[in-house]
Amino acid sequence: MNKDSLMKKIISAPYYLWAAMFIIVPLILVVYYAFTDVNGNFTLDYIKTLGSYRYIFLRSIWYGFLATVISLVIAYPLAYIMAKSSASVQRMMVMIVMLPMWMNFLIRTYSWMTILEDTGIINSMLSALGLPQVHIINTAGAVILGMVYNYLPYMILPLYTVMSKMNNSLIEAAEDLGASKMTVLSKVILPLSLPGVASGFTMVFVPSVSTFYISKKLGGGTFAMIGDVIEMQFQTSYNYNLGATLSLVLMILIILSMAIMNRFTDDDDGGVLI
Amino acid sequence: MIKKKMPLASKLYMALIIFFLYAPIFVLFLYSFNSSESTSVFAGFSLRWYKTLLNDTESIKALYNTLILAVASSAVSTVMGTAAAVGIHSVKNKWIKSTAMTVTNIPMMNPEIVTGISMMLLFVFVGRLVGIVNVLGFWTMLIAHVTFNLPYVILSVMPKLKQIDRNLPEAAMDLGCTPIKAFIKVILPGIMPGVISGMIMAFTLSLDDFVISYFTTGPSFQTLPIRIFSMTKKRVTPDMYALSTIIFAVVFILLVLVNVAQNRNENKEKGVGK
Repeated sequence: MNKDSLMKKIISAPYYLWAAMFIIVPLILVVYYAFTDVNGNFTLDYIKTLGSYRYIFLRSIWYGFLATVISLVIAYPLAYIMAKSSASVQRMMVMIVMLPMWMNFLIRTYSWMTILEDTGIINSMLSALGLPQVHIINTAGAVILGMVYNYLPYMILPLYTVMSKMNNSLIEAAEDLGASKMTVLSKVILPLSLPGVASGFTMVFVPSVSTFYISKKLGGGTFAMIGDVIEMQFQTSYNYNLGATLSLVLMILIILSMAIMNRFTDDDDGGVLI
Repeated sequence: MIKKKMPLASKLYMALIIFFLYAPIFVLFLYSFNSSESTSVFAGFSLRWYKTLLNDTESIKALYNTLILAVASSAVSTVMGTAAAVGIHSVKNKWIKSTAMTVTNIPMMNPEIVTGISMMLLFVFVGRLVGIVNVLGFWTMLIAHVTFNLPYVILSVMPKLKQIDRNLPEAAMDLGCTPIKAFIKVILPGIMPGVISGMIMAFTLSLDDFVISYFTTGPSFQTLPIRIFSMTKKRVTPDMYALSTIIFAVVFILLVLVNVAQNRNENKEKGVGK
């Protein structure tokens, strides 16, 4: 028996070492770079400059939040319809929803650019029909559309998983006891699907807030997000210290947002989450 | 089974979402056959971009690099992650166990950009200590990919370990098996489905990753997403669309085959039931 647990300790040792070296140490380095200057001396200069980035931070969180809420509104009915359909339709729909994720997201975003452009596909169609042109590209709406498009599957799948496991007799019981459709939705279906909402929310919000490619391509640089600023520090202006400071703040903001969201879902129905 | 007819509104809604998800994919599929260089005006059908692609040695090289990296990183992370899951599972101390799981979750919960820059900081920092200027390349990318693959492997093996009866490996050892033999003969077959699905997930994640690769790669090693990124900085020519169409077609065929095989299995099981 002792030999067995010794063996298990030995085989997991490489992972512990790996996790310490490549998960923990890099995060410590982010903090180190945030509080030091180029020569490695302690400084608070980068923390002090954060104030000038507050609009970009606020914009990132706001856009990320909007994209998440829109995804939720779109995905919720779809997940419900999927969960209610026959087994073969369910399997086919899961495949249809997952398939676009295998196509490189850069190229999908670029494709949206050619659709939305002023001389793009939508506008060519409109002018062929003799209708006035619409300006979509390089607006906030285009950036949010890009986020919703890219991360919608991450909202649909957890919602669908929760709803397909939902016990149908609970809904029937509520109906038998005279609940209207709206009451069934708000008192039975919604509370039971909250764990799916929570994980979908996280899976869409985190990548939306921290994106840098979507905002660059569909926002045309006018709607810089915090990801764009961080990317710039590391790839063009080589200011690693400022980049690390911004990343640290981004990380803290996301942890805070998640904590706030978890509190919401906990209050409504703590029992289901466990 | 009772078949309920799906209401028309539900069907329409599903169709609408499918249209939204596939519109940009259809666009790039269409324009990959464009006879002109434009990605927004369709001039006529031609296969010239597929020919261009075949002669584009850099893209072929990038595809080759991507596959090498995906195979290597999924192999390393599957072996290390499976061993880690066995080790973490056997830990009795609750505090150690939950700490190990929290650390494991960090690369999944953190925004990709933060994981990417934190690893870049580590590599640059160590590179400076050792005195290597161009530290970023294949090896740093491999380390990064293994790191973000590990949690997915561990989290897909863990539930399978919990399902194994604790008495089984003990019985094997009582009957004279060495711990290693008991592991290979009893535990490993039980957790195999989890190991395989973890490996597939690691492989596809590595294949498609852009953000983390972007920060941990150097000029000496280019993967396909990185190449696509540098191409989309300028005006994209349809050869990138042709490449994406080919990759998409391969994934699509694989998924359909898996789906058909699953359906056949289920039908067989139903047949036995009767």
